[in-house]
Amino acid sequence: MVRFIARRVALALVTLLLLSVIVFAISNILPQDVGRSILGPFAPAPEVAALNHRLGTDKPLLDQYAKLLKGMVTFNFGESYQTGQPVGDLIKSTLQNSAKLAFLAFLLTVPLGILGGVVAALKQGTLVDRVIVMLGLAGSSIPEFVTGTFLVVILGLELHLLPTLADWPPGSNIFQQMHYLLMPALALVLVYFGYIARMARAGTIVALESDYTRTAVMKGLSRATVIRRHVLRNALLPTISVIATQTGYLFGGLLAVELIFNVNGLGRLLVTAAKAKDLPVLQAGVLVIGIIYMIATLLADILISWLNPRVRLGAED
Amino acid sequence: MATGPALPTVDVGDPTAAVAPVSARRAARRETVRLLLRRPEFLIGVIVVAFWVVCAIGGDRIAPHSADFRDPFHGHSAPLSNGYVLGTDRLGRDVLSRIIVGSQDVLVIAPIAAAIGVGLGTLLGLLMGYYRGLVDDVLARIVEAFLSLPVTLVGLLTLVVLGSSRTTVIGVVGLLFAPIVARTVRAAVLAERELDYVQAARLRGENGLYIMGREILPNITGPIVVEFTVRIGYAIFTVSTLSFLGVGLQPPSPDWGLQISEEYSMIINGYWWTVLFPSLAIASVVIAANLIADALQSVMQR
Repeated sequence: MVRFIARRVALALVTLLLLSVIVFAISNILPQDVGRSILGPFAPAPEVAALNHRLGTDKPLLDQYAKLLKGMVTFNFGESYQTGQPVGDLIKSTLQNSAKLAFLAFLLTVPLGILGGVVAALKQGTLVDRVIVMLGLAGSSIPEFVTGTFLVVILGLELHLLPTLADWPPGSNIFQQMHYLLMPALALVLVYFGYIARMARAGTIVALESDYTRTAVMKGLSRATVIRRHVLRNALLPTISVIATQTGYLFGGLLAVELIFNVNGLGRLLVTAAKAKDLPVLQAGVLVIGIIYMIATLLADILISWLNPRVRLGAED
Repeated sequence: MATGPALPTVDVGDPTAAVAPVSARRAARRETVRLLLRRPEFLIGVIVVAFWVVCAIGGDRIAPHSADFRDPFHGHSAPLSNGYVLGTDRLGRDVLSRIIVGSQDVLVIAPIAAAIGVGLGTLLGLLMGYYRGLVDDVLARIVEAFLSLPVTLVGLLTLVVLGSSRTTVIGVVGLLFAPIVARTVRAAVLAERELDYVQAARLRGENGLYIMGREILPNITGPIVVEFTVRIGYAIFTVSTLSFLGVGLQPPSPDWGLQISEEYSMIINGYWWTVLFPSLAIASVVIAANLIADALQSVMQR
């Protein structure tokens, strides 16, 4: 088990390193004069040079990359071109709100998705199954910002059920904040429900058709026991890795959702940074989301190998 | 079916022909079409896509107004008022006309981006799956690094650096799809490469390029076609999201995502129609693409 985990962590670190290379390479595809683009075309040349020197953008690319790598370890990503604030602080303060939103969405999506998928599989071919599958397909087809606007119009403007903007008054406790975050979370739930339900359904169907399930039924166990002890345990393994993957992608969906609902989170920060061409913030934000994805998949891998020794032993060969 | 595992055993007697004879392939294709036409979800998808194709071709000719015409007296007029069926936006532009004309960009950009992604991804997947070893190890790491990021996010970063235009949006989305396609194709190639017909070609002394292109590729067209339709759906999804975030198509384009992005902040003032109708348009075309992809998948992978 320890060897398996060590292997996985090492692989994740290699991927992370490659990720930083990719992000750095993309940011530097075009040669750019950062000082000039911040100060504008009419700023005197010495001032531009001085700013470039202060930001470190006059150094060779290799040095700049080394600085980014160091930043990933120390969480020091330099300062924002736009506001001059330390990028690390900006990300920390916004990541909190994004994490709350993502956590709420996760808490709603995972049980709903698994329940939906398992019910659909148990009632395979019936109307219930078809409705769940279609809902999932439709939900995961539609971009988050479209789902978000539907929700605003229906739940917010027509029914007045939930606040349309997530700008809670200062000093709100966590439950009040959750109330404000419920609608953006629902927008994410609608999109990610489909992926999880589809996987849970497929896994359950395979488990239902397997020999061990037939054996369990034939030796006279009750239907509930068979499903709980034999079907679900095996059916949900692939679902766990999909959940992990989706957790990473959840942060991609946050971009649009936070913009629509005006959540002061990492997604909105990155969109604002994109509009202002604020590369340090963008770079750091992309890397942080990559790291979150990697941690999520790593945890899922470890969880799966703990639940299913075959995976662990197979990987050690 | 060109993808079935049973096919290669048929070919063992004739190692020069990895693919079934033309007549058999044609019959298989006819069978696929027949099965597809029996699936209601496929028909619904095709009808919706056909509707948008008509809108895109008709464009300005069938739109009641010009997409850029600004009615100076009727900004934000509600649907079914002042002669505007779906109302007007804040500048007095007709929402219906902009949706009709906006379908052109969607139907051009998404297939091209998907084709770039599938072309490049297939190439990568063939190389990784066929050569295995070091090539596979190195490429697989890079692919995995790309996959650890949502496409929207990397697209945002890349378009900020490169600047937004129709060409860069197509290129960036296409390139970012390549690793995803590569993974699917690699898995398909891995399943094929141990089969007898590939071994036979190798024993005949064919080179790797020939085996990949002429032997393996024709036998994995099923998953590739499915992947292409799936990618078209995702391309529409991604491009409209990027436009919504402000780094996709630029004003005054009547792109659907851009329309929503320009108007969504006014939704709380009750101007829901400028946002709802383009949203419905996006939803309809993405769902249609996915319905077609789903039907293809279940017919081709029987």
